[in-house]
Amino acid sequence: MSKRVGMEIALAAAEAVALCRPDVVAAYPITPNTHVPEHLSDIVAEGRLDADFICVESEHSALSACCGASGAGARAFTATSSQGLLYMAEIVPIVSAMRLPVVMIIGNRALSGPINIWNDLSDIMSQRDVGWISMFAANGQEVIDMAIQSFKIAEHRDVMLPVNLNMDGFQLTHVVEPMDFPDQKEVDEFLPPYKPYAAVHPDNIVSMGTLALPEIFNEVMKVKDEVLKNSKKVIVEIWKEWEQKFGRSYKPIETYKAKGAEILLLAVGSMVETAEVAVDEMRKKKVSAGVLKLRLWRPFPFEELRRAVKDAKVVVVLDRSVSFGGPGGPVFSEVRSALYNEAKRPVIINEIIGLGGRDVPVSDFVTIIEKAAKAIKETPKEEYEIFGVRGS
Amino acid sequence: MNIVENFDLYAPRLVDKEEYFSAGHRACQGCGEALAIRMMCKALGSDTVIVNATGCMEVVSSFYPTTAWNLPWIHVAFPNAASVGAGVEAGLKVLRRKGKIADRDVKTVCIGGGGGTFDIGLQALSGAMERGHDMLYACFDNEAYMNTGIQRSGATPFGASTTTNPAGRASSGKGEWKKNITEIIAAHGVQYAATACHSYPLDFMNKVKKAREVKGPTFIHCLAVCPTGWRIPSEACIKMGRLASETGIFPLYEVENGKYRMTIKPEKLRPVGDYLKAQGRFRHLTPEDIERIQEKVYQEYNKLQDKVNNLHAWSELK
Ligand SMILES: Cc1ncc(C[n+]2csc(CCOP(=O)(O)OP(=O)(O)O)c2C)c(N)n1
Repeated sequence: MSKRVGMEIALAAAEAVALCRPDVVAAYPITPNTHVPEHLSDIVAEGRLDADFICVESEHSALSACCGASGAGARAFTATSSQGLLYMAEIVPIVSAMRLPVVMIIGNRALSGPINIWNDLSDIMSQRDVGWISMFAANGQEVIDMAIQSFKIAEHRDVMLPVNLNMDGFQLTHVVEPMDFPDQKEVDEFLPPYKPYAAVHPDNIVSMGTLALPEIFNEVMKVKDEVLKNSKKVIVEIWKEWEQKFGRSYKPIETYKAKGAEILLLAVGSMVETAEVAVDEMRKKKVSAGVLKLRLWRPFPFEELRRAVKDAKVVVVLDRSVSFGGPGGPVFSEVRSALYNEAKRPVIINEIIGLGGRDVPVSDFVTIIEKAAKAIKETPKEEYEIFGVRGS
Repeated sequence: MNIVENFDLYAPRLVDKEEYFSAGHRACQGCGEALAIRMMCKALGSDTVIVNATGCMEVVSSFYPTTAWNLPWIHVAFPNAASVGAGVEAGLKVLRRKGKIADRDVKTVCIGGGGGTFDIGLQALSGAMERGHDMLYACFDNEAYMNTGIQRSGATPFGASTTTNPAGRASSGKGEWKKNITEIIAAHGVQYAATACHSYPLDFMNKVKKAREVKGPTFIHCLAVCPTGWRIPSEACIKMGRLASETGIFPLYEVENGKYRMTIKPEKLRPVGDYLKAQGRFRHLTPEDIERIQEKVYQEYNKLQDKVNNLHAWSELK
């Protein structure tokens, strides 16, 4: 039976990971994700989880140790943020190329510099094209559910890819929410023990991580791309199974008052819920607005996006990182290229908000919706804007 | 000296006939590193997982879809053999405890080149040694970044000309002394650390066997002669390894629970010129340079001898 408990979300994430019975956890402290490994080490110390917790000397070693453990056939987990993710960066694309189902939770935080410990998505956006499944949670319940789903998705025979689950630093990691925790039996029924396809052990000799010459490299990259694209089918199936078992629904793109709406705000992570409050306010003023929550970032849900925006007049993409000198925000450029070939497509504008923990209250979303309403009549000249810059 | 009577009759019986690092790899002719790895694997036996850092040995042995490895083998990147090894060791330990794999000892053995160990991999290595993983880390030191074309590293000896500190009118090669990696790792308090060389096969293999028996982190620093990078004929590989020991440039010793022991003890050190003058990478050295190296070699050798004479095993200390 699941149990409803009020808890800090980072601790809840650790509890959810522990329910998945990882064999090896390797992690290094960095704000704001630190409470995840701290609490996991508590759980190990209390004897509630039979795992080896490796207190590595860096994030590079954290992900390397996860590679080794996963390569040996163990279920492996790590967690990090920002600079820690970049410190791992050398290893990140190797994990997916080696098809190792490592799960990583990222407590999203702005990249330095200037150094800043607060939330935005510049960390994960810098690690976009690396062959990992990448998803966003919007609240504590989603963190718990998606942490458990992540292991099942990663280890599925048709997938065998690492997964990163993103939760906003502070806005999620440090917030206390009431959440439903599935019990161990329910999780065990949902998530079977990990059975590796291959593992380094003398009983079954393999060479893992070999060198590929140009004659084979294209093909390996093609496989990486295909496997990641095809994983969407498995992800959606696993989400359906979750809904049947636990009653909570997960989709690549979720909608809020979006049906028939003229203006759609497309957001990821915790900002979605603030956007929904703003939409409620605007609906009272008879403004036809709705919200799209982008949950699945890689593989990108192209068809779902096209379907979701087909009747809208304006789509405002809310980014929380900048592609400097580029097209605006990374989510924006993805959405725009997904819609470019459509015969009928909405006006697409880009607001970059909430950088380095800058608060984005409901009133900012209201301002953004009002601006979008004007864009229906006249397409704005500027494609993107860093919203709320003081002195501009 | 480690001379056994009827050696030719005897030696083959002491060595595992199984080939774990098989012929067909693409190492250069006369490669000391490939030879050393072949010997190491024979000493380790089949219950071994090899974790390889990027470098010559990984590159020559694993052209997909072929492999020279007849042992379970994993390679991830250049700086992280020790941390990948830490994960392998932890994974195998937990899976064994949970009854998911066979209940027997499988040794995790990390291998890296000189650069991958002394420089870019040192942090991961230090972390793994400090955490006490049950693993052997073996460094195969050919004294430069050979895989990328003979660049200077922390393992390059004083005076050697490499492609990033070439000798020239204004330079006489590397101007700094080689890092003492064995002392650095011994200072982590590991139970077993040793130097070795493929030119002394039994000494090397005995050390590998000793390290394998220890439950905890151990370290072997194996000098691996690189004819290509050292600018010597390929058939000089074994001889050059011998000269490194006979001149005292690379003394062969072990540190076991704090006790230092010379395992190969030349009766009288040969002059360093015998070693240096035989190699193209030292060709530019002046008699003064050689004299300077000679002094340093004596000094280092005496320091080591002093440890051998005076340091006790930890258990004997009062
Ligand atoms: C992070 C990173 N930096 C640089 C390289 C390029 N690189 C590959 S192997 C190598 C040299 C390896 O030298 P060493 O560790 O001494 O081993 P050897 O090849 O000499 O056996 C270098 C510099 C790399 N693969 N990864």
